[in-house]
Amino acid sequence: MRPKVAIIDFGVGNLRSAQKAFELNGANAVIVKDKDTLNTCDAIVLPGVGAFCDAMNNLNPFNKLLIENSKDKLIFGICLGMQLFFEQSEENGLHKGLKLMKGGVVKLPNNVKIPHIGWNTIDIKTENNLLKGIKSKEYFYFVHSYYALPSEEITLATTHYGVEIPAVVSKGNMVGTQFHPEKSGKAGLRIIDNFVDLVREM
Amino acid sequence: MLTKRIIPCLDVKDGKVVKGVNFKNLKFAGNPVNLAKMYDVQGADEIVYLDISASPQGRKTMIDVVKKTAEQVFIPLTVGGGINELRDIRKILKAGADKISINTAAVKNPNIIKEGSQKFGSQCIVTAIDVKRNYTLKKDKICVDDSNGKCWFEAYIYGGRESTGIDAIEWAKHVEKLGSGEILLTSMDADGTKKGFDLALTERIANEINIPIIASGGAGDIKHIHEVLTKGKADAALAASIFHFKKYTVGDIKEYLAKKGVTIRI
Repeated sequence: MRPKVAIIDFGVGNLRSAQKAFELNGANAVIVKDKDTLNTCDAIVLPGVGAFCDAMNNLNPFNKLLIENSKDKLIFGICLGMQLFFEQSEENGLHKGLKLMKGGVVKLPNNVKIPHIGWNTIDIKTENNLLKGIKSKEYFYFVHSYYALPSEEITLATTHYGVEIPAVVSKGNMVGTQFHPEKSGKAGLRIIDNFVDLVREM
Repeated sequence: MLTKRIIPCLDVKDGKVVKGVNFKNLKFAGNPVNLAKMYDVQGADEIVYLDISASPQGRKTMIDVVKKTAEQVFIPLTVGGGINELRDIRKILKAGADKISINTAAVKNPNIIKEGSQKFGSQCIVTAIDVKRNYTLKKDKICVDDSNGKCWFEAYIYGGRESTGIDAIEWAKHVEKLGSGEILLTSMDADGTKKGFDLALTERIANEINIPIIASGGAGDIKHIHEVLTKGKADAALAASIFHFKKYTVGDIKEYLAKKGVTIRI
């Protein structure tokens, strides 16, 4: 069965890689700009490019729908997409997020080069089906200047860059990765494969 | 821990990879997508496509190459060469690239860095700086000593053909302020010599800015890559000939670096 996965179009950046990565793993991945198409999908991906404020503005028409859908559909937030789940971000001023996860998004510390760009290892704290087949200290590709500070226990894996950063979070039907699975070679594709399996099991 | 990155660079002309020195004796070396896949399998951390077509048709073909690459290669892709406007950036990112690299356009209109980073995110904007040492000293330039005397680092545009009179160190600091996510630093003095990267240049710029630096120009031996990532303080090393002429695989280089204690993804 080919689950239909909606990749929400925020209007900027590379969505094609995410689309192709999901397709490679058996999903029918569609880039979605309207609510009707979103409603026909089995799962949702919030992709990872752009700035928090612009993304929230572009996401506005979908907000209510996303919050409703999060009750019975899986939602995968990638990088910025994961950050949008939280209450607010201090990127370019203080901006409200979707408030589906408790905590905020803050800037990386000044003692490291910003953005955090490149391959970094993750430490798995809690096993989860999303992380099936992923070994400890596996490398993933990170590229971000801000990171999430959850105020609830939802972190499945962390990475370290000047400070401990949540690399994978999960709450209810939502999962988020700070890294880009569609840019993390085989390991990233495995995570996407695991997600598509989870969608099939819903 | 964050690793250092090894990045093969492919010069692409009208949809085909070319190899050669200084644009002379260009040999067609194959299909970019296949080569990108091969480097991915070898363990490359990212791929750079440099579009040397210099024509609108060539630019269009590059978009197709990027689209095809996005279907088969799932590591970060940067595209540079002839990017002039925001809509060029949008088209390339939409086709499946993760970052773009701009050089001449940034010098002619620095605002493109600011607007580009605000619109697409700084991580998408790599500013490429081509640098040549200038031994004619000027008051307002940052001077360094080398074996040939005192010199300053001058930025060049149009593929190294035109000097700008701009101090590369000041320019690097400026583009950081404008919002550039990374700097792709090419030493024109070292490029093609295979005698090593310009370590003094790379280290100097690394000391002045807080954004990552991808070093380019001069790699001829595995030791050179090690040097630029350690002494040179670069965050990534870009190379073309040592890979295209099959002197080393990415795996060879990474094995050596790991043995020497460099944090590298294997």
